[in-house]
Amino acid sequence: MRTTRDDIMGMPITVELVGGTQSSIDAIFDYFYAVDIRFSTYKLDSEIMKINRGEIPEHAYSDEMKEVFALGEQTRKETNGFFSMKKHDGTIDPAGIVKGWAIRNAARRAETLGYTHYFIDAGGDIQSYGLDEEGKPWTIGIRNPFNEHEIVKVVRPDGQGVATSGTSIRGQHIYNPHTPGATIDDIVSTTVIGPDIYEADRFATAAFAMGKDGILFLDQIPGFAGYQIDAKGIATMTHTFEHMTV
Amino acid sequence: MGNVKKTLLSLFVFAASIGYVISQHTGVDFVKTPAVVLNIPSQQPTQTQTTTVIPGKTPAPSTAPPINKSTTPPTKTTPTPTQKTQGQYLDGSYTGSAANAYYGTVQVRVGVQGRKLASVDFLQYPNDRRTSQYINDQAMPLLKQEAIQAQSASVSGVSGATYTSKAFRQSLTDALSQAKNI
Repeated sequence: MRTTRDDIMGMPITVELVGGTQSSIDAIFDYFYAVDIRFSTYKLDSEIMKINRGEIPEHAYSDEMKEVFALGEQTRKETNGFFSMKKHDGTIDPAGIVKGWAIRNAARRAETLGYTHYFIDAGGDIQSYGLDEEGKPWTIGIRNPFNEHEIVKVVRPDGQGVATSGTSIRGQHIYNPHTPGATIDDIVSTTVIGPDIYEADRFATAAFAMGKDGILFLDQIPGFAGYQIDAKGIATMTHTFEHMTV
Repeated sequence: MGNVKKTLLSLFVFAASIGYVISQHTGVDFVKTPAVVLNIPSQQPTQTQTTTVIPGKTPAPSTAPPINKSTTPPTKTTPTPTQKTQGQYLDGSYTGSAANAYYGTVQVRVGVQGRKLASVDFLQYPNDRRTSQYINDQAMPLLKQEAIQAQSASVSGVSGATYTSKAFRQSLTDALSQAKNI
């Protein structure tokens, strides 16, 4: 059974539990909803907004918030500072961590509910496991950044997470704040296949931020595969990527 | 050449979505056939993008919007003039709310001239590029490259970057409601 909703976390979320019930799927959506309530920087009453307004002392953060802050700091170190939850105005925006983290936790919930074949997609970041309802391996298409109705590659993640960072609208209007005057028009999309969706998502974000060097960074990390598309429509892939393609 | 077409197409789609949003808030004729010129400040160290909607022009609907790559700086905010007109909007400049797109913030500013919507500027736009401290002094390993090609296979799902359209509509709606009510 597969359900898609578009009213949580500002993005479409699809949950498929093979042999699943609607109540099980609802339980997964309930989890995403709870994450949205706590971490959304759009909801004024969210815990993260209260923290950003200085209304909650650090020792009073929820366990989930503490975990996400710790994961953000760890990712910042692992990506040479390319990933940061701290915005230029000093406030904290945990979105870059929360999405992948929430999908991974939702997958664990599905397993706790007894499902071993599932597919969870939040805004194009996907964790699948086991086989689909026809007993075939899940397959994931990589969206064409120049045409959202097309896919340009098909991968078989075999239980791993698949995440893409980039934009098709922003395209060539990207600027590097540290080298004013230089337009960065090299990379439009970076897809990462990693051990799980949390790992894939945070490394996709960091690799995309690195520009054309991102794929080199990915190539050096064991257990990750990457597919990076530049503004001219040329893709560069890590050594491990071809093994993942269908 | 194919990519230029695709870029033009995606810009057109984006412009069309702007037109759609505008059409939700005006009954004015120009909205139905908007002429849209994207002035992309190619050398400006800023994230601001300027989209100028020219009222009154009626180009052939099938024509892709012209892309004017220039170094024209983004338009400056003018303090709100309060000239009363007969139109739906009052002349001036209105800044929309900063709408959260979950992976960043979208905020637009609209300019109203001659009681018609004249411009839409992006004040904030999601930017994944946090720092540029990474120095590429590594030897370039040989990685395989290929030209991307559309695939026809059916898949369980599609991985791609999230879109900002929802947040864009939200910020624009807010700016236009201010233009109406002041």
